[in-house]
Amino acid sequence: MGNAVAIIGTGQTKHGRRSDVCYPDLVREAVTAALEDAGITLKDIDGIVLGTMPSMMEGVSSTHFYFAEAMGSVGKPVLKVETCGSTGQSIGHCGFFWVASGMADIVLVVGSEKMSEGDGQATMTTVFDPFFQRTFAAGAPGVFTMQSMEWMYRFKIPEEKGREAAARISVSNHDNAMDNPHAHIRTRVTMEDVKNARIITYPVRLLDVCPASDGACAVIFATGEKARKICRKPAWIKGLGFRGEEFFYGESDKAIWMSATEAAAEAYRQAGIRNPLKELDVAEIYNPFTYQEMIFYECFGFCPRGEAPDYVLKGTFLKDGELPCCPSGGTLCSNPIGATGLIRLAEAALQVTGKAGARQVEGAKLALSHAMGGVDQFNGVTIVGSEL
Amino acid sequence: MAKEYRTMRNDVTLPYQWALGKTWSRFFDGLKDGRIQGTKCAGCGRVYVPARSFCPVCFTDTTQWVDVKPEGKILTWTLVREKYLGQVQEPPYVVALIQLDGSDCGFSHFIGGFDLSDAGQLKRKLKTGAKVKAVWSPVRNADIRDITCFVPVE
Repeated sequence: MGNAVAIIGTGQTKHGRRSDVCYPDLVREAVTAALEDAGITLKDIDGIVLGTMPSMMEGVSSTHFYFAEAMGSVGKPVLKVETCGSTGQSIGHCGFFWVASGMADIVLVVGSEKMSEGDGQATMTTVFDPFFQRTFAAGAPGVFTMQSMEWMYRFKIPEEKGREAAARISVSNHDNAMDNPHAHIRTRVTMEDVKNARIITYPVRLLDVCPASDGACAVIFATGEKARKICRKPAWIKGLGFRGEEFFYGESDKAIWMSATEAAAEAYRQAGIRNPLKELDVAEIYNPFTYQEMIFYECFGFCPRGEAPDYVLKGTFLKDGELPCCPSGGTLCSNPIGATGLIRLAEAALQVTGKAGARQVEGAKLALSHAMGGVDQFNGVTIVGSEL
Repeated sequence: MAKEYRTMRNDVTLPYQWALGKTWSRFFDGLKDGRIQGTKCAGCGRVYVPARSFCPVCFTDTTQWVDVKPEGKILTWTLVREKYLGQVQEPPYVVALIQLDGSDCGFSHFIGGFDLSDAGQLKRKLKTGAKVKAVWSPVRNADIRDITCFVPVE
């Protein structure tokens, strides 16, 4: 694991359609909030890590140049890391690596996206290879829906049961987002609203799918020594895992999903977690699609394979359930993609430090955060705790 | 809030000339001749379609070429109802992963050949595991659309 590392501050923008700010100002909003939260200034920062989606999302390449001043990186070392949807976890991991290696005391990590400025689905379609798969991509929904269909078929989950559980997930995420002042979508929806929403990619409907959001998140990592000195209540990094799999969509088993399963297993080994359902107090899962959220529950060992709909229907993952998932309203209600995986980590850190406001899960001490990237290809997990 | 501040429209259009290399050139030359070819890994024995120059699991060169059947079974599918920039077909249309007979992976393509507006027929024909076969395009350009789509086999 390297040296002990803790999160000493987090900052998020109000996510949503932010045509009131240019892109660098959006980034600076999150950076300023994180510095204020940590009670430090840019002078204390030794290095900066940033990440976003592919440049085509906003039409400005190599955004580490564009954001240089907004991130406070003038005169400091900068690393840019990009792994599509899992970017937010990847940059968090890099912040950890930099501090854990002993090469820096305090590192600022910044993730951002301004999806309202470009064409999200067209950009994501360019993640597919141009020869074989792009023709059939249908943006992100096409692949994530096919994965969900394969999963339901594999585990003989009746269509109606899958539909019912997915609708419950949509309703509970929307309910949770009402408690989150940063969330993009803050509207309550009913089971009927979800089931009658227009079809995007059958059987996935509009309210099963995340919005395209503008937003940024910043997280500050520090050595154990600095954290104890600066921060009254740091969130300690307990374990992390990241795995990738084959590029072509048809070449690996997405109903079992090795990368998600192994990324979590690695993080659990480092954190000493044997029974995640019992030991974790809260989870912030990357859930841009309701059906896909259930596959993650299974990959992360929250329930046996094929049984996620049963656990959803009995309320296991509700705010007052055995393992609350996405009390922030999750990716389903805010998805500025390059920031999203880091928002999951920031939310997990807020939970274990008792700073999550109205979305606080009472007494949370151990939290999982996660993000997924590419054509179901990469998964990253970070576990934080209130104790080292 | 949005009304108070300006936005500016600008389009970025960039041309590309992508190299297919030896393996994928041969694969697409095969499609033009009405053949679907894969490569077999000498290590693990998996047959990859589209053909690959190396096995992604074993990381060894795949030198053995095999013809697979232009038919197989549906692994998964979805009906696309949403429009987006760059789409080659007008929605609604069906995309699927198809495991071609003689291969060990899923192959992405369209499924068609029947009325998509009839929901009952759609679900009956598109059961996961259902047999489908390739319909070849009358005009072939050595690209993925040399196959028009796959159609259900009754």
